[in-house]
Amino acid sequence: MNFTFTEDELLFRETINRFLATEASPETLRDIWSGDKDAGALLSLIAEQGLSALSVPEEQGGLAMGDVAWSLMTQELGYHAIPDPLVNSAYVATGLLNALDDSVSQKADLLEHICEGDLGFAIGHECSPLVADANTAHTLFMQQDDEIHMLGATDVQTVPNPSIDFSRRLSQITWSAVPKTCIASGEAGKKIWSETFNRGAISVAGQLLGLAQRMLDLSVEYSLQRKQFGREIGSFQAVKHQLADVAGKIEIAKPVLYRAACSLENHHPLSDIHISQARNFCSEAAALAARVGIQVHGAMGYTWEVDLQMYVKRAWALNNTWGDSIMHRARVQDYVLNSDIDLAPSKTFEAV
Amino acid sequence: MKLQFSPEQNAFRLEVRQWLAANVPKQKLPTYDTKEGFELHRQWEHKLFEAGFSMVMWPKEYGGRGCDLIDWLIFEEEYYGAGAPGRVNQNGQLLLGSTLLDFGTPEQKAHFLPRMASSEDMWAQAWSEPNAGSDMANISSKATLDGEHYIINGQKTWSTRAIYADWAFGLFRSQPGSERHHGLSFLLVPLNTEGVTIRPIKALDGEEAFAEIFFDDVKVPITNRIGDDGKGWHVAMATAGFERGLLLRSPARFQQPARRLIQLYRDNKAAADRDPAIAVAVSKCWSDAEAYALSAYNTVGRVNNGEKIGAESSLNKIFWSELDLLICQTAMDILGATGELLGSAPLAKEHAYWLDAFLFAQAGPIYAGTNEIQRNIVAERVLGLPKK
Repeated sequence: MNFTFTEDELLFRETINRFLATEASPETLRDIWSGDKDAGALLSLIAEQGLSALSVPEEQGGLAMGDVAWSLMTQELGYHAIPDPLVNSAYVATGLLNALDDSVSQKADLLEHICEGDLGFAIGHECSPLVADANTAHTLFMQQDDEIHMLGATDVQTVPNPSIDFSRRLSQITWSAVPKTCIASGEAGKKIWSETFNRGAISVAGQLLGLAQRMLDLSVEYSLQRKQFGREIGSFQAVKHQLADVAGKIEIAKPVLYRAACSLENHHPLSDIHISQARNFCSEAAALAARVGIQVHGAMGYTWEVDLQMYVKRAWALNNTWGDSIMHRARVQDYVLNSDIDLAPSKTFEAV
Repeated sequence: MKLQFSPEQNAFRLEVRQWLAANVPKQKLPTYDTKEGFELHRQWEHKLFEAGFSMVMWPKEYGGRGCDLIDWLIFEEEYYGAGAPGRVNQNGQLLLGSTLLDFGTPEQKAHFLPRMASSEDMWAQAWSEPNAGSDMANISSKATLDGEHYIINGQKTWSTRAIYADWAFGLFRSQPGSERHHGLSFLLVPLNTEGVTIRPIKALDGEEAFAEIFFDDVKVPITNRIGDDGKGWHVAMATAGFERGLLLRSPARFQQPARRLIQLYRDNKAAADRDPAIAVAVSKCWSDAEAYALSAYNTVGRVNNGEKIGAESSLNKIFWSELDLLICQTAMDILGATGELLGSAPLAKEHAYWLDAFLFAQAGPIYAGTNEIQRNIVAERVLGLPKK
């Protein structure tokens, strides 16, 4: 029993954080949000650092990093509000490709592309009528019940649907399932979809937690700058306690996220539950961080001017991505109330 | 990251489980806030000690078992899972015990710890004073150095089960003219010493659960001081905060009632489901208790790796005390019209369990540092916000 990260994993996280703090500053994000720049340049820069290769197997030149290490990485991506294509291609879609049978032609080629920095993948799952980055993707994995269909850009029609998160590129998508695009079906397809959904959900959980931390940091910083009644507003207990509660939500969510990641990586039979539980805790942390963040920023919190707004809106948008918050709460509730599993204290981990 | 127990850990768990199955009293003991119940709990503690299960994480030489904190978590899971009696001497064993292990002289450790592990000595804490509650540094009880002794005068309060206890431990102002957290000494006081008067205070449930202690020229040898004269605040605070928070309230302490709440919900499902919020709350209670357990394993792992856990332990205390309230409030909602019944009422089934838990949960956000103080600590020491 060792519920901790290795020094290498923690060091890796620290390195990523430093890199993103420089390259994905709020000013850079603002340019993307305002439409002055598209996200491509930033994403290429990140991919050039090898971050697209994290999940790719070693045979294709990647680092074969697992979900546990990704749970640190997704927090950094959330903290710096890195737009969707990186996590969706390099983590979720790569996981899907990894799970495909080796007989699927192009599997190895596509993994190599990702390894080289290609982030042009999109995934359409029945949990949402919208697909992120479908209009720019060259390869789309679409769900039709238990079937996985792999489509090219010309096989689909997309209708963009603007989001309150201006860095997101969501589309409705029209396509038809034909036998030649089907790359997995039946039990195999079902299993891959289930795992892909869980990986998408936990990628959102990690990002929400990172976003929560960013919103807290920004709010603390603001409360130390802003003075009223001759003192920093952060010295008032009414403000302090709200911020302390956000810190509490973040702290308790971390181990829940990490256990879920460990379960996903090790194919734990309760992965579904652990991941939804992680989503619930991370969602709560992000929701409170957003609300308190706006409150602490006062009227400025209701403006486009402060950086907070980007992280708040991204948190709101992600909150219902890869399963909406009701679905994840219901999944845990159904397990707790309706399963006949013994919930004794000794059963937190598989015990004798 | 590896979230499986080793064969040794599993073997330990089974050993604890089997011993508890054979030894836990079939009838629930009367509350330890009564004289009779206190004595029966002391006997239970002695039985635990004889079997080597009293203080599993203490070194063997002091009456412990030399286990690590993972083993301790395992022990607690089995202990609460088995419905074993409450730990009547835990304020001494957990709060003072950790301090003695860190700051006691070899003689103090050898004398006090085994007697504490076996509950031959029962301990009460003597921190709070009428004017030193949340503002603990405002302590005014004096300990005047007189040769090889301190002469103590003053008053302590909220001293849990002090009317039955043998000893008290706490902070006293030993340096005349000192202020705030300076000049305090950490002293151990035998409660049968001349000049000690103990007056019980009835708690919310009507039992004499705590007391005021009056000191009138009480003479205590200086060998009963832990750490240096005037450095008591440092001694009291230095024992890692996480130990206070975590050891005092292990996750199993909340997982077990959360599990019981699920059963209560199932047994009363039709009535409970009239309001969908009840099912949501029951689910949240389990999920929160589970999260607290995950957090504990994570913290223990980090401590084992040599990491220092600081003020974030204040977050733990806020979390479990609020969780306890939610568990108990939800249970009372489900019990509905009969929730107010005492255990002696003809209609009562498991009402006594829930009513006792509900009443005691009201104290959670207050004792061991109020949640307001904990939030201040988090804001100032974790987030770096200014004191004023």
